[in-house]
Amino acid sequence: MSSDVTKAPLLKVENLSAWYAESQALHGMNFEVPEGELVTLIGRNGAGKSTTLRSIMGIVRKRKGSICFKGDELIGKQTFQIARQGIAYCPEERAIFSSLTVRENLGLPPVLSSGGSTDEELLEQFPNLRARQHSMGTRLSGGEQQMLAIARILRTGSRFLLLDEPSEGLAPVVVKEIGQQILRLKERGYTILLVEQNLKFAQMVADRHVVVEHGQVVDVLAADQLQANMARVKTYLGV
Amino acid sequence: MFDGITIQLLMGQLLIGLINGSFYAMLSMGLAIIFGLMHVVNFAHGAQYMLGAFIAWLLLNTLGINYWGALFIAPVVVAIFGMVMERLVLKPIHHLDHLYGLLATYAVTLIVEGLIRQQYGSSGLPYASPIPGGVNLGFMFLPWYRLWVVLFSFAMCLGTWYLIEHTKLGSYLRAANENPEIVESFGINVPRMITLTYAFGVGLAGLSGVLAAPIYQVSPSMGSSLMIVIFAVVVIGGMGSIMGAILTGYLLGVVEGLTKVFYPEGANLVIFVIMIFALVLRPQGLFSKKEGA
Repeated sequence: MSSDVTKAPLLKVENLSAWYAESQALHGMNFEVPEGELVTLIGRNGAGKSTTLRSIMGIVRKRKGSICFKGDELIGKQTFQIARQGIAYCPEERAIFSSLTVRENLGLPPVLSSGGSTDEELLEQFPNLRARQHSMGTRLSGGEQQMLAIARILRTGSRFLLLDEPSEGLAPVVVKEIGQQILRLKERGYTILLVEQNLKFAQMVADRHVVVEHGQVVDVLAADQLQANMARVKTYLGV
Repeated sequence: MFDGITIQLLMGQLLIGLINGSFYAMLSMGLAIIFGLMHVVNFAHGAQYMLGAFIAWLLLNTLGINYWGALFIAPVVVAIFGMVMERLVLKPIHHLDHLYGLLATYAVTLIVEGLIRQQYGSSGLPYASPIPGGVNLGFMFLPWYRLWVVLFSFAMCLGTWYLIEHTKLGSYLRAANENPEIVESFGINVPRMITLTYAFGVGLAGLSGVLAAPIYQVSPSMGSSLMIVIFAVVVIGGMGSIMGAILTGYLLGVVEGLTKVFYPEGANLVIFVIMIFALVLRPQGLFSKKEGA
């Protein structure tokens, strides 16, 4: 593995295995996320990237190994307890609630600790949502739904964000806008673990790339090492 | 065909329809809330309704606590029974097919009814009306207690609907109904919310039982005979649709009452005929927003 992590890790994943019923999806993942950094999990479809986020969050319950966040072990904890430790999760499918308006979707997550954004601050930060705040959540475009999915988790006060493929299925101009929003979050001190298949997008925002294949980490590259190792990474991604 | 139908008969049956509809609405609303969040077809709802009535009867006859006290105490006791049942019976099988939940709650129904029958027998026990008398409207006599039941259950339905559709707590419920994993990932204790929601739905059944005690005989089978109709109401209204359950409950109560006037032989069948039509023509239910069942 090419990159050394020198900062203290906020999240340390060791030998993490996870299962969907009898089917094993992760086979001993090892990686760290230093505080204040944006780390991407990159890899092919089905490599285990989303499962890693779902395992950290406790949504995939059958898991073994160690997930250490701020020195606390997360294995054995329930999803809501993990969220209360200060981790927020934005799923791949965005999970905007169709029975709630944009405003209700935005206001749904409770404030778990201080430092979260207020609804007004979120509407300022994501101005597209202001005009649509009384629409039902699923009436929004894909880009607006993604903004809403990211915006609402900022309410909780959690400083560690798990973002699952925020660029998926979006027009390039919207992807760029999402990328800028994510960079702003990084500037504000959020630590972010981002699952991404869009290498260009990952390159634009990340400090470090963790390459995942067959449920294992096969490479870790600092942002400045990516270009030099592009051929190898493209092979991993099957591009 | 309509010879001999007097205004007294028509209005009398409309009132009975409205009272039955009040019970249909309250019970099917509880059932819809439970199904919406837990996807459990709570077959024990009828037994929990009967428990409410029985607890009211016991409170009066053993502790001397009257109807108004029972109106508060019995639903709480039934809700606690629901909480224990959710933790011990439903939670362990939550990950299995819905059919297991239905079978487990049916088993609870048989056990609860069997125990009550063994202790108190099968015959109905009387419970005096807490509001005797009534008013003569000229074309019919309206008992005060029946008016109270219609108004109180309507207020309960409206209040519950408002709680679910227009409050923060309700938005948690609606969201968890769609995607409990994501709601839990926000830091909300969804397992506890499920227990409390089940207790609330079950408590509503207990409350309906207390309301029913002075109107119907308090008997072990009073719930099971009603349950088939309640399931039909929920299916017609749309599984999980709160407003659908309320409106369909009242509507079918009135339709049933009117059928007794115009075609008495069909009164027991009309709800099920409507259910068949609803299943064939609109399987997702009359008031469901979903496209398919």
